[in-house]
Amino acid sequence: MTATEAARERRTGVGDVLLNVRDLRTHFEVMDGTVKAVDGVSFSLRQGGRLALVGESGCGKSVTALSIMRLIEVPPGKFAGGEILFEGRNLLKLNDREIRKVRGGEIAMIFQEPMTSLNPVMTVGDQISEAVLLHQPVNRKGAQEVALQSLVDVGVPDPKRRLKQYPFELSGGMRQRIMIAMALSCNPKLIIADEPTTALDVTIQRQILELIKNVQERTGTALLLITHDLGVVAETVDEVAVMYAGRVVETGTVEEVLLSPRHPYTRGLLESIPSQGKKGQRLSAIKGVVPNPFRMPKGCKFEPRCPYAWQAGADEEPPLFDLGPDRMSRCWLYDPRYADHLAEYEGRAPKKSAEVAS
Amino acid sequence: MTDGAAAAGPAAPTAPAAGPRPGSADERNGEALVEVRDLKTYYPIKAGILRRTVGQVRAVDGVDFEVRRGEVFGLVGESGCGKTTLGRTIVRLEKATSGQVLLDGGDVLSFDGRDLKKMRRRMQVIFQDPVGSLNPRMPISDIIGEGLLAQADKQNGWGERKVRDKRVSDYLEVVGLRRDYTRRYPHEFSGGQRQRIGIARALALSPEFIFADEPVSALDVSIQSQILNLLIDLREQFDLTFLFVAHNLSVVQYISDRVGVMYLGKLVEMADVAELYAHPRHPYTIALLSAIPDPDPRVKSRRLVLTGDVPSPANPPSGCRFHTRCWLRRQLNNPENCETEDPPFRELASGHRVACHWAESVVDAAVADVVPTADIEVPTELPTPQDVGAPVVTEIETPSVTDVVEPAEEAAGTAGEARPEEPQGPTQGRV
Repeated sequence: MTATEAARERRTGVGDVLLNVRDLRTHFEVMDGTVKAVDGVSFSLRQGGRLALVGESGCGKSVTALSIMRLIEVPPGKFAGGEILFEGRNLLKLNDREIRKVRGGEIAMIFQEPMTSLNPVMTVGDQISEAVLLHQPVNRKGAQEVALQSLVDVGVPDPKRRLKQYPFELSGGMRQRIMIAMALSCNPKLIIADEPTTALDVTIQRQILELIKNVQERTGTALLLITHDLGVVAETVDEVAVMYAGRVVETGTVEEVLLSPRHPYTRGLLESIPSQGKKGQRLSAIKGVVPNPFRMPKGCKFEPRCPYAWQAGADEEPPLFDLGPDRMSRCWLYDPRYADHLAEYEGRAPKKSAEVAS
Repeated sequence: MTDGAAAAGPAAPTAPAAGPRPGSADERNGEALVEVRDLKTYYPIKAGILRRTVGQVRAVDGVDFEVRRGEVFGLVGESGCGKTTLGRTIVRLEKATSGQVLLDGGDVLSFDGRDLKKMRRRMQVIFQDPVGSLNPRMPISDIIGEGLLAQADKQNGWGERKVRDKRVSDYLEVVGLRRDYTRRYPHEFSGGQRQRIGIARALALSPEFIFADEPVSALDVSIQSQILNLLIDLREQFDLTFLFVAHNLSVVQYISDRVGVMYLGKLVEMADVAELYAHPRHPYTIALLSAIPDPDPRVKSRRLVLTGDVPSPANPPSGCRFHTRCWLRRQLNNPENCETEDPPFRELASGHRVACHWAESVVDAAVADVVPTADIEVPTELPTPQDVGAPVVTEIETPSVTDVVEPAEEAAGTAGEARPEEPQGPTQGRV
């Protein structure tokens, strides 16, 4: 069985849909107008599944995660459309009391910067048990025991002493372990990890990635990983949704997306990673920069930077074309009318995009 | 070496620095341009109300290497290993504690007055943070022009605003920005564009040597590749020599000719880029290479997971500094000399130096097992390190995650008690 089939199996066999995000639109009203940070994000995650949202800074991946947790401040933020169905309930419709039960209890989040997301004046033990007390029917002493156990689970050495320490006394990797322990302490059904290893060195990143995979497999929790690193994606999850300018532009299994990308942006990203084979050649950079949120191109948002672009549907934005089970691409190439362009895309060795600075 | 003639007078707009640089002809490529000898940079740790020095952070602790004319020398290592401090010490942004830095044979560390000023012009820096390294209150013409003004003399005429502005425009064009951006301010530019401005600032003085301190690590992948391409073009166009510091091993592999790996203030391995990535011999290098996540999902290899955190450079372990985290040492049943003897930085093969007592024990087959990107042809006949009396490692054990952790006592301890006095370098300045 190939990894793709295994992923399909996981998708179809393991469980029902746990999280279904449909056409989510999260906008922010600011002085200069409306920033459509998330403007058409759809993906779904089954129970026990592992999915990554990938994209560059500003593509809306973190805002998507914060929207699921309902951690968007309203105003200036507003949910302009779409649904976030978690076990069938629309999280966007819950009131504050109801969402607090979900947040931290059923859905837990691991943030990028472990120093700023831990409270500097609370001991590790108190921080973990605070969450436990909120979500589980235990007393203070019981909560401390849960906290201790969760530290043991993430392989923190000398856990009893750690409970009494403050975050500043710990190294970066250790703090991230504490964050993971805190996320696990309430047995969530879904863990959202927002760039969990970006702030860490490569050998520590390796420790934390192994830990996340290990914990995910052991507990059967679903994992939504937010990252910009395609290497981390390839090693940690089964499915990917690639984001660009607030939209999902491609979805599929890790193998499908990373080995045969169906969107020019994904292809461009993969080609611009420096690697052994590209030594001595110029990297094929994606020309230009991401569009200004106040001056989004009318049609396809990637069109100005796209080396394959032709004048398709000029002012019309491409829909997410369905290419198979959970395999989608937001590119006009997959409109049957443009089959000849698709043949060219698939046949042509990637065109070297001219490098343009501004 | 006479320097005054370099880029004398207003240069042609297309290739502003193409003017003859004395003796910078191709035939000198390959000679050492910068030689570093037993360089040490220590910072005092002060504590108590009297701010007495209670210890030292040995950020750079005895480093020997050379950067050859025309090459890109890549320096990798994790944060806190001293790679940035090493670079900053070489270009005199930090004060060396001892040792020598030679630029074309001239002792950089002893320069002052006019010599120092000349050296500043020959050695330039590209900083990591494209936001923090540009003064937000200065227009681009001043950001790039400030260095020109400082180096102005009768010959180059940079004291005159007009001459300066023209040169600023020339160099904006060189880095792929528009000539008329000179009156704009840094906040009007994207991260990639700001990094281009930082590069233009370094280039405007026609340096020979550029210390590039993590120049792409703050950028997104698609922008990162644009900047890497630019650096490669500029290197050819201007005969530049680079010391390229980065923590991203793929970037270093892509851009460098030779690579040095640092751990806790020391070089632990150094070789040509192809040799280092295909035949790493220091256990730390192997662990680093093994840790890089690979974007090819077909690659499924066992990963070497290092235990614990990097110890504090204020209190480095005895003997070999890596011994507390070393998988090789454990596999060889903890040989005694790892703990007691500091391994010399010795030449293992031509141009390949390693600081490990047991480097001969490592064979390519074992490396290929844990380094997916190594793309190593496994030799049918394994080399026989038995000749040198070392045990051979044919298989690298990969520890399970549960036994991965070790207390990070030292690191945590020192962080809480006393902080090293970090000298505030000119974050937005020039060299």
